[in-house]
Amino acid sequence: MGTIAENILSAHAGKEVQANDILVVPVDFMMSQDGTTPLTIRAFKDMGGKRVFDPTRYVIVIDHNAPSPMESVSNLHKEMRTFAQDTGAKLYDVGDGVCHVLVPESGNALPGSVIIGADSHTCTYGALNAFATGVGSTDLAAALIAGKTWFKVPSTIKLQYDGELPVGVYSKDIALRMCGRLTANGATYKALEIGGEAIDSLSVEARMTISNLAVETGAKVGLMDFDSKVGAYLEGRAKRAFKGVSADADARYDSIIKEDVSKLTPQIACPPDVDNVLPIAKVEGKEIDQVFIGTCTNGRLEDLKIAAGILDGNRVHHKVRLLVSPASREILMSAMECGVIQKLVKAGASLTTPSCGPCVGTCNGIPSDKEVVLSTANRNFKGRMGNTKADIYLASPATAAYSAIKGYIADPREVL
Amino acid sequence: MEELFGRAHKFGDNINTDYIIAGKYKFKSTDMNDMAKHLMEDIRPGFYDEIEDGDFIVAGENFGMGSSREQAPLVIRAAGINCVIAKSFARIFYRNCINVGLPVMECNTDGIEEGDEVRIDLERGFVHNITKNERIKATPLPAVMVKILSDGGLAEHFKKHGGFNLE
Repeated sequence: MGTIAENILSAHAGKEVQANDILVVPVDFMMSQDGTTPLTIRAFKDMGGKRVFDPTRYVIVIDHNAPSPMESVSNLHKEMRTFAQDTGAKLYDVGDGVCHVLVPESGNALPGSVIIGADSHTCTYGALNAFATGVGSTDLAAALIAGKTWFKVPSTIKLQYDGELPVGVYSKDIALRMCGRLTANGATYKALEIGGEAIDSLSVEARMTISNLAVETGAKVGLMDFDSKVGAYLEGRAKRAFKGVSADADARYDSIIKEDVSKLTPQIACPPDVDNVLPIAKVEGKEIDQVFIGTCTNGRLEDLKIAAGILDGNRVHHKVRLLVSPASREILMSAMECGVIQKLVKAGASLTTPSCGPCVGTCNGIPSDKEVVLSTANRNFKGRMGNTKADIYLASPATAAYSAIKGYIADPREVL
Repeated sequence: MEELFGRAHKFGDNINTDYIIAGKYKFKSTDMNDMAKHLMEDIRPGFYDEIEDGDFIVAGENFGMGSSREQAPLVIRAAGINCVIAKSFARIFYRNCINVGLPVMECNTDGIEEGDEVRIDLERGFVHNITKNERIKATPLPAVMVKILSDGGLAEHFKKHGGFNLE
């Protein structure tokens, strides 16, 4: 009678568990990035850590501030490279990509597994049926040593999206609508279980966009079912054997929310909160200075193809800077092979290293005072992109691309 | 665990970890004392200079939402704050506080105002607003968290027990 979350944790605990139980469970995979690894190393050494329990189950990613814009950052990156060498962990260096794209791409985000990452958007792998959640550096260090972590089993809110998405409306719009409806703490301490025919019809890439935003509702995980699309995605990638875990028919939920997406319109999260979501009609016409297409939310090949389809043969508005950051080397390579990068650059896009940069305000595109940014990222907090005096709006890659041409927030359904 | 006594600095709802310590600082350094000067800089410039050692942060709903950065509780502690009291906390932040040994209390904070003198009892789970002479019932910490916090955080817990000793 378990939810997906309860059933994955039961399988790991070796006994039947239910919401609110507290347990120590084995961890299948771990990740940390350059904002969190230095403190992980400090905690690891402080705890007397000598070796990582299984170095094949841990990766370190340099993505948040890459390439390094200053010497203090370079020195922290160097410390990370040394730690990777000492422990035998895999290091993804500058240019390899964004952590939450690399972990699934490398076949390490597996159905039914328990994954912790020292980054809040680790919940992205829920789209692959993994109980994946963000933790702090000390929790990660403890797991690196012990191969285990402790959890309070979350209760679950079930979200069911039925109907067919209209043209010009995408998984990002479902995700933003979810944040607006649940609010920033509507699912705090809880699991989300996200399904329905609208989710089934999405690609695995598009589903990851939705699970990625689960944490913006306060949720611990954003779980989806294992299906043949996930199976196909993992073919030739999966690093270990796996088994999808589903909910039982009589699983108990805190609440079940059903929504028909066939009437959904493009959604916009307005500054300064991710749950401040409005239909595009209420924001249309807002002038913009910078557009950013990329990140662990919307920097995948499918996203770049959608943007290139709209930008092809057009020019970015002369008052707008368009930044595009393919989320990994693999994505950049594929986007070059199919001509997507050429179309974007020809239309006026500026290409950055596969990394997080502008999304976290570290490098590669910090806006100036009073500027307005339209981004495909997952956060729009004041100062998030490095300047407290700039406003950030969040939208789908299609809305971002079309707005870049128009010079203001514009509805992509006009051209699709 | 001992009782704590301090002066309240009041904040609203949904204070995120980017406000606590902006991303542009956290990637540069692991020196928390240096970063502490930028605590809440984007929403309350000069906050660091208002703090006296042992003061409390008192906030509304969902304190610490957003990123997993452990720099957030570390910087709060380095700035001299001894406890964070809020109506509710974001999950990762709440856990990070316990792991680094920064006490947190969950209770109704509506009656606490800027500058109020407050005494808290973590073990028994109550907050006493001395200025207003009000006693507020708090949600007790889960037993595992009391255990980690009593040991002085997760690193100390590990050193003491040679691993997890929670079940």
